[in-house]
Amino acid sequence: MTLQHLDTPVRRIRGLPAPPVRAFLSRYGLVFAFLALWQVSGTLGWISPAVLPPLDAILGALWTGIASGALVDDIAISLQRAGLAFGAAVALGIPLGLLMGQLRPVECALDPILQLFRQTSALALYPVFILLLGLGETSKVFVIFWATLFPTLLATIGGVKQVDRKLIEMAESYGAGRLQVFRRVVLPASVPAIFVGLRLSATTALLLLIAAEMIGANKGIGFQVMNAQYNFQIPLMFAAILLMAGLGLAANAVLVLLQRRLCRWSLD
Amino acid sequence: MTADTDTRGQVALRHLSKAFMLNGQPLPVLRNLSLDIRAGESLAIVGPSGCGKTTLLRLLAGLEQADSGQVLIDGRPIRGVGTERAVIYQEPRLLPWLTVLENVAFGLEVRGIGRGAAQDRARHHIRLVGLADFEGAYPRQLSGGMAQRVGIARALTVQPEILLLDEPLGALDAMTKLTMQEELTRIWAEEGVTMILVTHDLEEAIFLADRVLVLSRDQGVGPRLIDVDLPRPRDRSQQDFVAMRRQLMAEFGLH
Repeated sequence: MTLQHLDTPVRRIRGLPAPPVRAFLSRYGLVFAFLALWQVSGTLGWISPAVLPPLDAILGALWTGIASGALVDDIAISLQRAGLAFGAAVALGIPLGLLMGQLRPVECALDPILQLFRQTSALALYPVFILLLGLGETSKVFVIFWATLFPTLLATIGGVKQVDRKLIEMAESYGAGRLQVFRRVVLPASVPAIFVGLRLSATTALLLLIAAEMIGANKGIGFQVMNAQYNFQIPLMFAAILLMAGLGLAANAVLVLLQRRLCRWSLD
Repeated sequence: MTADTDTRGQVALRHLSKAFMLNGQPLPVLRNLSLDIRAGESLAIVGPSGCGKTTLLRLLAGLEQADSGQVLIDGRPIRGVGTERAVIYQEPRLLPWLTVLENVAFGLEVRGIGRGAAQDRARHHIRLVGLADFEGAYPRQLSGGMAQRVGIARALTVQPEILLLDEPLGALDAMTKLTMQEELTRIWAEEGVTMILVTHDLEEAIFLADRVLVLSRDQGVGPRLIDVDLPRPRDRSQQDFVAMRRQLMAEFGLH
């Protein structure tokens, strides 16, 4: 009998950058290429800078807006609208979802009407909310809340319902009562699903924020996008759009970070 | 009637019957079963799938109710789950968000023991199943055999009189299974518990049990009890062991 060596030495291919650099490039390379193309196509005149200003002009407009305080007010009011709506949606959606997921009769009774509400576009209802609540802040916050509620609510219901029956039975076999089963099994098992809902809700909140501000506001980032376009301040318009994208990324990053802390057991 | 310490863990089945509804027809799985299990005994329940062996174990655990008849533990009829019994399932059923230590302490905490005291007791049983170095690990980091050991430690930590095992080694690979059979024998001897084990592995039944209860799906053939009169520690290749296995296999028409 002979022994064969099956492990061949790993050869490093020459000319490739070190692993961390490579990892960074493979993840963000396309983003940088896209931004570079944007900048170059503007400065070299491939696309009219009046339609698509180069990045430095946009960043310049953004800086001026923030430094002068003009955009800061818009950011503040937008954050307030989206934050209030998101907070209310979470404060209602998670407890209601937990209840509906746990108690079949409650879900049975509430599901049809919720499906009806959910399938009705929030933007289609915006005029109704304006009629009911007036043109002020309330109707704006409410329309965002309305659309933001459903992702969290449905994800929470789904999360509770898909908890492994076998884990619940295990807890019961040790004598756990309903409340203990809920607190020690159902709730922690639902957290990952709830976070999926929260991230969807955050995206929806920002989406509806812009729509609501474009329709009936005189302040806010969404208003700035429309207003800058009317006044042909195209760099400012892009600056406001960029700001929105940044807010979306930041909201997502915060939620991902929170999820990592709360559900270390389910990741990597 | 009070049970003294020597006889704690006695189980008596009295005329147990249980049927399931299948397409509107009652399908009897247990019919008028009576049996006495001694305190500290190791009983294996074998039989083809659908013979009611898992149902019997779930009745003993209090997770299901018999249509008629009684289960008595130390002379008292059971009502639902009880602190003197602990179940070990085929899947380890660990809570993935808890560490090994927290999982093992779970049963005690649910019963109202404080976290510190529960974890102190849990540590003892984690050592007993040989996982002292893995207290802080999460279930997803464990192999199948290790996860099952955690499940066993969790059951032992509540210091049950009766351990109910539902095909506990059924999902493990052949090598791990043999090791775990030895472990179970050792733990059973050390803890002095009554062990009731459902298995479809006849060799496992002979290796672990004092008596084997053979259930059948056939209405005409009643349950049979077979004494495993072999010295411990048992040797799977020993002649008597092999003869015993042949006898048990013949019960199922196997060779």
